[in-house]
Amino acid sequence: MTSMTLSMLSREPHVITAGTAVLGEALDQQAVARIEVDWRPPLPGTAAALARVLADPRRERANATAVGRMVSARPMLVGVRPARDVLGLEPGTFLHAGPPITWERASGPMRGALIGAMLFEGLASSPKDAEDRLAAGSGITLDSCHHHRTVGPMAGLVSPSMWMLEVTDAEHGGTAYCSLNEGLGKVLRYGAYGPEVIDRLRWMGDVLGPVLRAALDRSGPLDLRALVAQALQMGDELHNRNRAATSLMVRELAPAIVEAAPEHAAEVLRFINGNDHFFLNAGMAAAKVSADAARDVPGSSLVVAMARNGTDFGIQVSGLGDRWFTGPAGVPDGLYLGAYGPADANPDIGDSTITETTGLGGFAMAAAPAIVRFVGGDVSDAVAATTSMYEITLAEHPAYQIPGLGFRGTPVGVDVTLVARTGVLPVVNTGIAGRVAGTGQVGAGLVSPPVEAFTAALEALAKA
Amino acid sequence: MNDLVEVRAGVYHDSVSLMRVSQALAGRPGVSVAIVAMATELNVGLACDAGFSVPPATPGDLLVAIRASSEDAVQEAACELERQLAARGAASGSRREEAPPRTTRSAARAAARSAARSGDATVALVSVPGEYAFLEAVDAVEAGISVMIFSDNVPVEQEILLKDRAREQGVLVMGPDCGTAVIGGAGLGFANVLRPGPVGVVAASGTGAQQVTSLLDLAGVGVSHLLGVGGRDLSAEVGGRSTIQALRALDADPATELIVLVSKPPAAEVARAVQDLGLGTKVVAALLGPGQDDLTTAVERVLGALGREVPEWPAWPASPAEHAVSEGTSGPAGDAVRGPLRGLYSGGTLCTEAALIAGTGEFTDFGDDEYTRGRAHPMIDPTLRLEALDAVESGVVLLDVVLGQGADPDPSARLAPGVARACERGVAVVVALVGTDGDPQGLRAQAARLNEAGAAVFTSNAAAARHARELARAHAGA
Repeated sequence: MTSMTLSMLSREPHVITAGTAVLGEALDQQAVARIEVDWRPPLPGTAAALARVLADPRRERANATAVGRMVSARPMLVGVRPARDVLGLEPGTFLHAGPPITWERASGPMRGALIGAMLFEGLASSPKDAEDRLAAGSGITLDSCHHHRTVGPMAGLVSPSMWMLEVTDAEHGGTAYCSLNEGLGKVLRYGAYGPEVIDRLRWMGDVLGPVLRAALDRSGPLDLRALVAQALQMGDELHNRNRAATSLMVRELAPAIVEAAPEHAAEVLRFINGNDHFFLNAGMAAAKVSADAARDVPGSSLVVAMARNGTDFGIQVSGLGDRWFTGPAGVPDGLYLGAYGPADANPDIGDSTITETTGLGGFAMAAAPAIVRFVGGDVSDAVAATTSMYEITLAEHPAYQIPGLGFRGTPVGVDVTLVARTGVLPVVNTGIAGRVAGTGQVGAGLVSPPVEAFTAALEALAKA
Repeated sequence: MNDLVEVRAGVYHDSVSLMRVSQALAGRPGVSVAIVAMATELNVGLACDAGFSVPPATPGDLLVAIRASSEDAVQEAACELERQLAARGAASGSRREEAPPRTTRSAARAAARSAARSGDATVALVSVPGEYAFLEAVDAVEAGISVMIFSDNVPVEQEILLKDRAREQGVLVMGPDCGTAVIGGAGLGFANVLRPGPVGVVAASGTGAQQVTSLLDLAGVGVSHLLGVGGRDLSAEVGGRSTIQALRALDADPATELIVLVSKPPAAEVARAVQDLGLGTKVVAALLGPGQDDLTTAVERVLGALGREVPEWPAWPASPAEHAVSEGTSGPAGDAVRGPLRGLYSGGTLCTEAALIAGTGEFTDFGDDEYTRGRAHPMIDPTLRLEALDAVESGVVLLDVVLGQGADPDPSARLAPGVARACERGVAVVVALVGTDGDPQGLRAQAARLNEAGAAVFTSNAAAARHARELARAHAGA
């Protein structure tokens, strides 16, 4: 005979209640310890798919495996190299942020960035010429960064001559890339393509990239997991605030920069110091290599990419391969620079949501009290934003912790079934690009992903 | 007439809470109709039938439809609605920084985080609408927590899947459609307040288990645990998956000296599987069906097995007028009481037992899905049964009143006047009162109120059914 013990028979009762309030109240009247679920019906039309996906015998283990890989990744910054070398990009090939898009459907900032990249690569003589060639399309190939182990902030344009941060995962062996951050204001990633933008890109290719490569060769790989963990405890959420992480990175690299290139050290260090977001791109590559480690686990409902191209917001799911599930990109709600206002804002754009995909950015808002104005005003709003993300995520990050929450790990690993069940959407922090090509950044704020991206992925899981 | 119709997007409250709010509004002066409900197809249909024009809405929205005699009355009702909903929000909400969990999964994690204070959760009680119950129950099982599924309308494939996963995890799935459980002294769902003691109960029948444990309690015998398994568990399809788990668990429980299994007669192969468990603890079966002992007799067998005296089961005979009828003599209302036996039940098993014993009459189980769709269970809301009682013109009415946690806090408050009206019409009323002296409603106070109203009251449903049968025969023979 098999013996069977139920711990509930020998322990003090402690009951979770979900549903009818009177049944919970009856337990309160008996003074039984109780946790009440604030239950609401799932998103309309998802009940059948949810039941099917939750019944999948692979799901629980698949999700544990996938999110386990995501949080155990050890991203190391190992090199800085031109895109043509590391990605094998041919002239005329451009990678961009978000799910795949055509010139016809591209928004203002995406078009602006493409024009700038054409000028930078010497494929057009003027912005007008670039536009004509892009519209004609011959000799031009556009593809999603995510299809090439790459991520890019905002427009996320990558062309062959740009220099890329190369990040490897010391735990699982993956590699991911991200371009170098140009700074704020009129920059290519926000769709600006004026002469100062192109000149800066040239300098980055001629000086910044080679100097950083030489410095890294001297210093050895930079442990980004450790750096992110420290920055979180210094008030960054690693998407809209990268000040601490950038400072830490400079501290790590400065001696090697000075040794490797004394003649350029001052201008390189001045450039990095002048840009609080310099670390963002390294953080994004780290996030990308971590998220990629979680890909392709059959049966897993874990989101492994969230990305926007300025027109569509798309997600990819571990158990569903490289398929994109998209909905219209929303216009962020935020704070505006100078005289810009909501009418100037482009819909959401960029691969930087890879930070939220791995539990940073909006998910780690509680770590960044300095920028709580983005989420509504006070620290309790930031804490509420982070706390709500635990409802839709599979794990708490073992290394990325939030001091203000008692060093609780950040909420990491969005599960599409939990999004459908709770109707809670990922909190995404973002910069806001001007809607007219060539404008640049107009603000920063918060955006909600389109719910249909998640329900479409759920339907696909139910059929998988 | 003044109408107020509103759809509030994304505002959710459970149906029982909303019915309470609706009831409070409908009871206000000048208000003729008050519907406060989730905008399901059914509820929107109800509102449309009542003549309201309802704007487009989804089941995730709250529908408010109020009709009153004056604009002022509508406005006052609207204010009261805000007050009631705000009170509900305040009761369930807490500080924004500590938002309540939105899923059972999240609640299990929250419990584990606060484990130092009150320990991991031991059991989850799921009473969400049936089509969603599986989602919450899976969360509990995956978190290693036993789960009681109060919800009905859960597909049997989902039940089997849950029970198989539960066995792998070493936890128990009670239900679906499990109305009662008592675990470690805590009553879940509809549960009588029972003294602790040596009898463990495994029940595929909620009200059957309540009858058995209430009678044991009245005989001074307590219960270690009452584990529900859901009405389908002993079917050939489900194969007794949870019954087997529950029997083994009680067998291993040091506090349990004897086990009672309350069920309809199981499928033959399931009965064999259960018998072949080779338990060290004696199992007494209380099976409901033709040719089986009634539940009261089964309880008496349990008392015998424990070497305990069988007491006189408490009963309160009816007032002389009803007595006169029962003895076939012609009283003042003697001629009027002729008529059939009507059984108006809230408990399905009690209804079945009574119908078997009576062998005649028309029995209705108001706890059946047909009557509970879109409204509260008759153990909480007696409206439908009262309407049925008021419609009986003659003969004998047999009804059950089930006390305990979760049930109507004072059932006789509304039933006793209905009983009195029926008796005035010459109807003989017999009540099976299922409860214990520990129940919050007060067994003896409820019995006294119903008895004063003219009903004969029995704590044994079988005794009540026999009495009703005799009365009906007396009528037929008079």
